[in-house]
This record gives sequence, C-alpha cells and structure tokens, in this order.
Amino acid sequence: MSIFLTLFRRELGTFFFSITGYIIIAAVTALTGMSFVVLLQNLGNDPTTVPVTEMFYGTYYFWLIILLSTPLITMRLFALEKAAGTFETLMTTSVGDAQVVLAKFLAALFFYMVAWLPLLGCLFIVRHFTRQVAALDVHTVGGMYLGIFLIGCLFLSLGCFASSLTRSQMAAAMISFVLGVGLFSLGFLALALPASSETSTQVIAYFNLFNQMHDFARGVVDTRSVIFYVTTTFLFLFLTLRVVESRRWK
Amino acid sequence: MIEVSNLTKRYAGRTAVNDISFTVARGEIVGLLGPNGAGKSTTMRVLSGFMPATSGTVRVGGLDVFHDSDEVRRRIGYMPENNPLYPDMRVREYLKYRARLKGLGWKKSRDRVQTVMEQCGLTDVGRRVIGQLSKGYKQRVGLADALVHDPELIILDEPTIGLDPHQIRTVRALIKSLAGKHTVLISTHILPEVEMMCGRVLIMLDGRVVASDTPENLQRRMAGGSQVIAEIAAPEADLRAAWENLAEVLQYDLTPCEGEFFRCALTPRDGKDLRPLVFALARQNGWALRELTRSRHSLEDIYVQVTKPATEEAE
Repeated sequence: MSIFLTLFRRELGTFFFSITGYIIIAAVTALTGMSFVVLLQNLGNDPTTVPVTEMFYGTYYFWLIILLSTPLITMRLFALEKAAGTFETLMTTSVGDAQVVLAKFLAALFFYMVAWLPLLGCLFIVRHFTRQVAALDVHTVGGMYLGIFLIGCLFLSLGCFASSLTRSQMAAAMISFVLGVGLFSLGFLALALPASSETSTQVIAYFNLFNQMHDFARGVVDTRSVIFYVTTTFLFLFLTLRVVESRRWK
Repeated sequence: MIEVSNLTKRYAGRTAVNDISFTVARGEIVGLLGPNGAGKSTTMRVLSGFMPATSGTVRVGGLDVFHDSDEVRRRIGYMPENNPLYPDMRVREYLKYRARLKGLGWKKSRDRVQTVMEQCGLTDVGRRVIGQLSKGYKQRVGLADALVHDPELIILDEPTIGLDPHQIRTVRALIKSLAGKHTVLISTHILPEVEMMCGRVLIMLDGRVVASDTPENLQRRMAGGSQVIAEIAAPEADLRAAWENLAEVLQYDLTPCEGEFFRCALTPRDGKDLRPLVFALARQNGWALRELTRSRHSLEDIYVQVTKPATEEAE
C-alpha cells in the first residue's frame, strides 16, 4: 500500500509541478468559461426551465473538453517513461505491474477532476445572477459531476492504454484521440439509427454517450450507464496491464 | 551470488545472447567487456529481472530471477544504460522516492538516503533539480539510487560513459570501495577501467562469453607472444646474423634509429624470456645497448585479439 501511495504521489506531482498541468487546467477553464458566455446569452434571450447543467452538457464545448483534455493528460503516463528509460528503473524495483497502472490512472483521474472544478464556480455565478435556485440544485450538479467522473474514467483508461502501447507521447495522444472520437461517433450512430429491437442497434445504443450524459445532467442516474462506464474502464485498464506485463512474456 | 546457465535471449528474429553460462562469487567485482551489441546490456536486463530469458536459468543468491522476481529485485541494485532519471525531481526527493519504491520504510529510507548521499558525494546538491546537474553528478545520483536499499548485488551498465577523466576517477573509486561488501557486475567497453576495478573479466562477443579470467591471468596467457625490444648500436649485417643464429628467436624486425642504433623487435620461441640472451650477446660483441624491455600485452591487446574476427567481418 505504501508503495502504491508513493507512486500515486509521484504521479500527481508530475501533474501539479509541471507547466503542462497548469496549461491543461487553464485551457479547460477557458473552454468552460466560453461555454457559459454562450449559455448566458441564450438564457438572456430566451428564459427556460431546463437546469443549467443540462444546457451546459448540450454545448459542444463540453465534449471538446473531454475529447481534447483526456489524451493530453494521459499521453505522458507510460510513453514518457519508456522513451526516457525510467520505465526500466521503475519496473526493477519492488513495484507490481498493477500498482503502477492503477497509480498512474488514479493520478490522471484526480488531476482531471481538479481541472473540472472551475465549472462549479461558473455554476455559482449563474445561480447568483439568475436568482433561480430551482435551475441548479444539488442533485443535478451531483449527477453532472458523476457523469463527468464516469466519462473521465472511460476516456482516461483509454488514454492509459494508448500510452502504454508506444514510446512516443505524440503517437499516444493521437491513438487515444482517435479511439475517443471513435467511441463518441458511435453515440452519433446510435442517435441516427431508428429505435428497433435488433441486437446490433441495441448494443450500439449502449454506446450512446450523449443520452447517458443527458440523464446525468438532469440528475438521473441510470445503473445501466454506470455499469457501462465502469466495465469499459476496467476493460481498458486490464488491457493496459496486459501491455505492461507483455515484456515478461517469453 | 550469480549463476547463469545456458542463458539465451532472442528478440524478434535476432539472438542477442546465445547460450552463455557463468558464475560470480559473493564480493567479486566482475567486468563485462565487449563491443557494442555484444549482448552485455541484454544480459544485465535479464539479470535485473526486467526481461525474462528465452531459455536457460538465471539465479541470484540461489533464487530464480523469473520465478522469485520480487525477492530478487529487492537484492539487486540496477543502473541501466544511459542512467535514466526523472529530470524534474530534486536529488534528495528522487532518492527518497526510489528508496520507498524499493520497499524501505519511512525512517529507514531517510537514513539510507543520507548515507548514500554522503557515500556518493551528493550532500551539496540534495536540493538541486536533477535536470540541472552536470553529467558527473547525474551519474552519482544513478549510483546512489542503485545503492540506496543496500543490495547484495549491484549491476551497473556502463557507469562511466560520457564522463570527463576526473569524474571517471571519482566514480571508479566509489565502485572500488564497494568491493567485499557487495557483489558488483559492471559492463563497459573502456579497457583500463576493467584493469583497474575488476577482479575478473568476462569478454562477450556476438552474444557469447569468449573469455573469462582475471586480468592478470589473461595477460599471462598472452605473454607467450610478447616481444622483446632492444635498441643496439651495431652494424646492421652483424645484428641480422646474430638474430638468425639465435635459435630462441622466432622472428625479428629491425628499424634504424638515429645514429648507429637499431631498434630490434624480437619474438621469442616458446615464450622464452630473451633479455638475458640479448644482454650477453651485446656484451660479447661490445655493442652499445641502450634499451631492453619486454612488452607486456595489455588487456587491450587481448581484447582486440579476442574480438578480432567480428571486427574484420564487420569491415
């Protein structure tokens, strides 16, 4: 456990003691802020009863942040260690493969959640100026953050996997971006397909990130989508672990 | 301490290490010598437990490095090629981090970090960022990292590469001071280094161990071919006649020097020492003799001779 905590602290340190970490936070904050400017303009023109969180998720900025920030956060995790050779020094200490994968993933997740904190500030500003308490309650905000957390888990585990495949950070970022956009497009496909009882359509419907996030943003937590995110996250973490272990294969 | 038997490591389509066997006793400093690509680094990576062998077994302290990987890793301090470090960390912070990863407790790691920093001369730079240190200091940080958990076996892959002569001397002295207490395996292609530090040399070539002995023994083995150099002032014809008539001389070579002197390079038959004979001859004929030496083969000659076929093929 103490080895895991040491690894976790070190990984967090590389996020918070480096300029790249703050650039990512600044970029996420800027995009969040821009989306709220757009959102407030819309609100000014057209009063609505829809919760602010639901409107926010509907802007493209939200998905832009998810799709762009996760590859940037995760690209360094394994690729840099492999390129610098520190992967060798790391893996010849008493650490276990699973500890390394989990520590890197959780540190990335922690950093990702920190990068989303400015969103709370935006929500409070909206609440203050609209004087509409009902538009923004604990449940919708909680649901939204749960959604952000789960989507983050999925995309970050995907990024971990991409980073473990290569020595080049650029390649890692591109692989995870392409995989992420692919997953995201499946959601579009699900939207475009007419609802039917066919197995393929129903399977694709599970990948509809849009609808799932829509529920979360309204404060509705659907266990089906929670299970979807948790299992896919575990799948990609497992794949990452296998890649890390693969150097021991004969 | 180390028992390697029939170790083979194949990468996709290429055999890096081909069926090698050797043992290293506790407390020995052994040098792994060989040209680039001979399989030194691969051997060390397998020893350190980073990669498994394709076939064969490697045991450290009686434990198999693959099956008892955790326990073996605890006993090994490994510094890979090019000494990879985290450039963004501070020296003390890095060593502490490494000590914790190697399973030392909080207090133990603090004490050990202090000890190795003193041992490696790092106390002045404890708060400096590693990326800003000179190469010599970085190398010492790498060494301190290998030593921090007080391992029984220390594996150093080219520890003095890229250092200036002064830094090399410091690092060498440090490694030499480890003898007896720790077993050390060093890879290098710098020959004087091995002669100075190591009790035993393993010469690797094309993935095989081609020679394994003490530097002195290797030199003795080669002494049979050692030449005697004599500088004598005499008429050239007399000298030639003298060497022709001397049964002990297998081959000779004359080079005129300044004045009347000739430099004679004599190769003895059966490794006999020619010096007394040459002196007797000079006294008999009243020749002036100003130099008489036997050239000893340095490790370099042995190395060149042992690794020659490969070099020629490559050319």
